[in-house]
Amino acid sequence: MVDRAPRLAVWKFASCDGCQLTFLDCEDELLSVAARVEIAYFLEASSAPGPGPYDLSLVEGSITTPEDLERIRHVRRVSKRLVTIGACATAGGIQALRDFADVKEFAAVVYARPDYIATLDRSTPVAAHVPVDFELRGCPPDRHQLLEVISAFLAGRRPVVPAHSVCVECKARGNACVMVAHGTPCLGPVTQAGCGALCPTFNRGCYGCFGPMESPNHASLNHWMRGLGMSTPELVRIYRTYHATTEPFRRAAEEAQESGEEE
Amino acid sequence: MTHKTVRIGALTRVEGEGALVVHARDGRITGLELRIYEPPRFFEAMLRGRGHTEPPDITARICGICPVAYQMSACQAIEAACGAEVTGPLRDLRLLLYYGEWIESHALHVYLLHAPDFLGYDSGVAMAADRRDLVERGLELKKAGNELITAIGGRPIHPVNVKVGGFYRVPARRELAPAAERLRRARDHALATVAWVAGFDFPDVEHDYRFLALRHPGEYAILSGTVVTGDGYGPVSGFEVARWPDHVIEEQVPHSTALHARLDGATGYLTGPLARYALNSARLSPLAREAAAAAGLGRVCRNPYRGIVVRAVEILHACDEALRLLDGYAEPERPCVPVEPRPGVGHGASEAPRGTLYHRYRLDDGGLVAEADIVPPTAQNQARIEADLRDLLAPRLTLPEDELAGLCEKAIRNHDPCISCSAHFLDFRVNRG
Repeated sequence: MVDRAPRLAVWKFASCDGCQLTFLDCEDELLSVAARVEIAYFLEASSAPGPGPYDLSLVEGSITTPEDLERIRHVRRVSKRLVTIGACATAGGIQALRDFADVKEFAAVVYARPDYIATLDRSTPVAAHVPVDFELRGCPPDRHQLLEVISAFLAGRRPVVPAHSVCVECKARGNACVMVAHGTPCLGPVTQAGCGALCPTFNRGCYGCFGPMESPNHASLNHWMRGLGMSTPELVRIYRTYHATTEPFRRAAEEAQESGEEE
Repeated sequence: MTHKTVRIGALTRVEGEGALVVHARDGRITGLELRIYEPPRFFEAMLRGRGHTEPPDITARICGICPVAYQMSACQAIEAACGAEVTGPLRDLRLLLYYGEWIESHALHVYLLHAPDFLGYDSGVAMAADRRDLVERGLELKKAGNELITAIGGRPIHPVNVKVGGFYRVPARRELAPAAERLRRARDHALATVAWVAGFDFPDVEHDYRFLALRHPGEYAILSGTVVTGDGYGPVSGFEVARWPDHVIEEQVPHSTALHARLDGATGYLTGPLARYALNSARLSPLAREAAAAAGLGRVCRNPYRGIVVRAVEILHACDEALRLLDGYAEPERPCVPVEPRPGVGHGASEAPRGTLYHRYRLDDGGLVAEADIVPPTAQNQARIEADLRDLLAPRLTLPEDELAGLCEKAIRNHDPCISCSAHFLDFRVNRG
């Protein structure tokens, strides 16, 4: 046993800061977690960054610039365990919509001098570049799951994070199915649990912010959602939001497009 | 001839990632750049072709600290484009949600990011080792804000219950009761916070700020209003949110790191707590007004270091007003008003914790977004923050560099910059030809 507190680092790449804020949003637990670890690198919270190596690195954000490509390799080198937190780091995030467009054209829309902008053509998850020990889903992640992940890695075990669909959580909460009861299109059947079935609890269809579940049947769901009145472009858009480039959602959008053309 | 360069490699205790580079020659500042190296995320471009219902959720992802601000400005802009308006109890519910975000965001900044500067700590966590009671009070306040957002929106970061036209489901009175209970304690904490931060040792600095904020006839504007500008003492000039593009122009300065917003041709205006307070302090709740007077704020505060006191007063106001709305809360009869898309342009602005946040959308014939334009507060404040830094550094260039770097970081934190927000249109790569 090493007689010192495990050293924790929190890193940010292309993102909204929401995932690291999830950590600061653990108001009841923050000080007790902070007492068990040494928060060695966390720019948003501390002006005393310490050098590596780190026992556990939490990484927020996707890789979108040449510098960040180098930086994520550095993070991997100085980290014993690397966990991605949230949709950007795990799946490329909303900014991965550039993958379906011309990034130069995107830059020209937003910036008067796009030639000043250094960016990659694609927004990629961390695991596309370096080995990742665990990927925590969610835009943003659930803070209970985040605490579970931190506790698990500190204890040297795998985190207990279910891979089943939002539907299971809906049933557990006793929600009426929004598709059946209200005719509201819902990505719950193909989306991984973790949020506690928030959207259906608010009479809204799930919009997939935790990404695809382990074995999604999108063909069946697309058929259902068409029956509820969704058009092909609407179907494509619902998959192409926060996890657009994950294989299951990419395929679901493409199949919606193809079946739309057949009709 | 002596050259000197001061660099702060990575700004800490701010939202997002940035750096500062100062060049000096013969004791004079020759260049100063608050540099943004947040990767660009191209939100305005991504929004094109999305449905008119989508911008509130998508733009929330610009900033995890103030997603409600993005949702509110987006909703109002689209509703304006479609000729719809959310009023009465539904608007009150939006106000409640927004007050929750002010409490959460300001408590985070006051306790975990800013106060450590005045008390000599590197972080809120380090401060907790000596003053756990204070940090716990701050976390309780923050939690009160988060619980209010959660009760109405489902979760504090990227709430799910906001839609164009109102909400997906309105909470029953009993669902809001626990949040109200916590807010009552939070209001006491907020009062104590104002008294606490008012006792900090502030540098004796004032700047001639030109302020910009929304103004509402019956409220200390947060959700909506007309845009007013002035120095806080003299007369104000104003314009409707729909005239924003006529008055505020974003400019890319050659060989500079940032677009600077110009207001009626002049650069370097300030939006945020100091601006709101200077232009609207008469509209604070009586309790917040009293606390502000007791804290010695006066009618206008031009000392950026005392921004922490203004934020504390705004937390108190938010708690107080949220409680007033919760006490009178009756479940709205319907969760939303219908918003039928039609071709046209809509403008929306609201007061994010860091300042005025403007959105504009043009919808096409099919009800899809054809153009989007977003002007976040930090982008507006960037030129003014740089001016603060010039004033700070000019007489102190002979100080050791690490001391200068520390002073600069504190001066930047005064304005609680949200670099994640500004990055989507700030240039971060300099052409140094």
